[in-house]
Amino acid sequence: MEKKKLVIGWFSFTCCEDSTILLTELLNDHYSGWKQLIEFRHMKALQMKNSIEGLDVAFIEGAISSPSQAEEVKKIRENAKYVVAIGACACTGRPSATRNDFIDAELTEKIKWYMGQFDYSKKVQKLDEVIKVDDTVNGCPMNPIIFMSIVNKYLELFHIS
Amino acid sequence: MHQADITINSITKIEGNAGLTVKIQDGKVSDLKFIISDYRRFYAHAVKKKPIIAVPSFLSRICGTCSVSHLFASIEAIEKSQQIEVTAQTKILRRLAYNGLMIRDHALHLYFFTLPDVLGIDSILQISDDPADPGHVLLHDSFDIKRVGTDITNVVIGAAIHAPFPTIGGFIKLPDPSKFPELIEKLEKIRPQVIRGIQAFFKWDKTLIRNSDYMCLRNDREFNFLEGMIVNSTGRKIPEEEFHTFLKSVVIPYSQAEGYIFSDSHSDYLVGSLARINFNKDLLNKRTAQDISEVLTAFPSNNVFHNNLAQAIEILQAVDDSIEILKSVQVSPEPPIRKPPQAGRGVGVIEAPRGILYHMAQVNAQGMIEDYDVIVPTSQNQINIENDLKKYFDENLDKSEDELKLNAETIIRAYDPCMSCSTNFLKMEITRS
Repeated sequence: MEKKKLVIGWFSFTCCEDSTILLTELLNDHYSGWKQLIEFRHMKALQMKNSIEGLDVAFIEGAISSPSQAEEVKKIRENAKYVVAIGACACTGRPSATRNDFIDAELTEKIKWYMGQFDYSKKVQKLDEVIKVDDTVNGCPMNPIIFMSIVNKYLELFHIS
Repeated sequence: MHQADITINSITKIEGNAGLTVKIQDGKVSDLKFIISDYRRFYAHAVKKKPIIAVPSFLSRICGTCSVSHLFASIEAIEKSQQIEVTAQTKILRRLAYNGLMIRDHALHLYFFTLPDVLGIDSILQISDDPADPGHVLLHDSFDIKRVGTDITNVVIGAAIHAPFPTIGGFIKLPDPSKFPELIEKLEKIRPQVIRGIQAFFKWDKTLIRNSDYMCLRNDREFNFLEGMIVNSTGRKIPEEEFHTFLKSVVIPYSQAEGYIFSDSHSDYLVGSLARINFNKDLLNKRTAQDISEVLTAFPSNNVFHNNLAQAIEILQAVDDSIEILKSVQVSPEPPIRKPPQAGRGVGVIEAPRGILYHMAQVNAQGMIEDYDVIVPTSQNQINIENDLKKYFDENLDKSEDELKLNAETIIRAYDPCMSCSTNFLKMEITRS
């Protein structure tokens, strides 16, 4: 029987994806080890075939900018046993939520056009304003030491070694 | 294929997200949309009324992978607005740090995103664990190469992502030169691995030729990502300050990012490594040019897949340039140059990994931002990518839908687009009716 792996998904919403880049840096040292322990079921930065079904842990970076993003993240929550907010934008909304401070009267025509053309929410939200979050890895980009401790926590929780 | 709608909801193995929809009617492509659909953060608006000292670090958050590019372009724009001329030491240390970015960023794209296309697999996660497997060798080379790029940025500017040491006028903390010998040793060690990567991409025979126009910075003295005049295929050569007038922005209603064409010819164009090697291969580091002379015969090239080969060459260029700098640079105590704020306008144009990046800062007498503008490489390449895809689909409608989708993604990946910069999301749909 094939050994159980930790089934994870990695998702990016509104942000600069610095934590995704940091994750690819962590793969320099952890690629071989993680391949034995982790199934990357959803990670668009690494593969074409992705699925959100049956996730043990969903790692989500970025803030939520629109109703369609909110729906998408709710679907991820429904398919994941645990959700971890990754990086400053997911954990605090900032800096992606800077537009929440904009004054309507000062908006340029170009900004108004984009806001009208696409389904922007009035306010950008941090992740726990939209779905239940089980753990957070703060930092801009995410703190790699805390991230590694969270990965190890879930490996232990699912008895994977 | 006579009638069809083809959809790729989300292009993978790129920075950020984007999509593609293609309509095929009567055996021809009737409509094709390359859609950058991630949500904008409006950072250029957010910095208005903010003090200039806070702006570069904030704007480095435009992009996780090329944050150093945004940091340096913003610093340059603000320094010019304040008529601050930095020292030779600051310039050479910035150049060294920037080489670290290029090594790490290009290696990420080439090996993590594009190598699976070369090997005919979906993902690096499918590469064999056999140490003798060629894919395994290249992937493990990439870990070493990326690590050294990151080491350079860590030593010189404090981090690879959102670096804390660079500031307006210089550095708030200077690098420790005692760490330089170790960096030289590491760079020499990865050099053969970098050349192995260049050979792998040289042998990759993927081709798409559409005779694009190109644009990049050219510095007649040396291969330099941070300084130069802007040159294009028609022979025009203009200073950085006139960059904006050189272009015409195009609103693309289905995309969250603007596109750009030349203001005079109204033609699309390509920016990035291919443009740089096409125009500047004569300026490459002598050691680089000597060790890959056969590969360089491929340039100038109109094959968009040679953008990947050009990136691999630029890694070696950055390695060799870094070795020379590390062997010769002297680091003296030097506080950042500070001046009382003044009203002014400054433009910073540099070569980001994906091509020309433009920052413009308009500052008031109190040192606050009055206006700010950013033009990123992927927005400039957007129309060129779309036209390449149209050509590909028009000439290959006999192929299966799966093959069309795979090749469409491969073409897009060849540009190394970054949606985080231009904004963030690609979905592909093909409609055959």
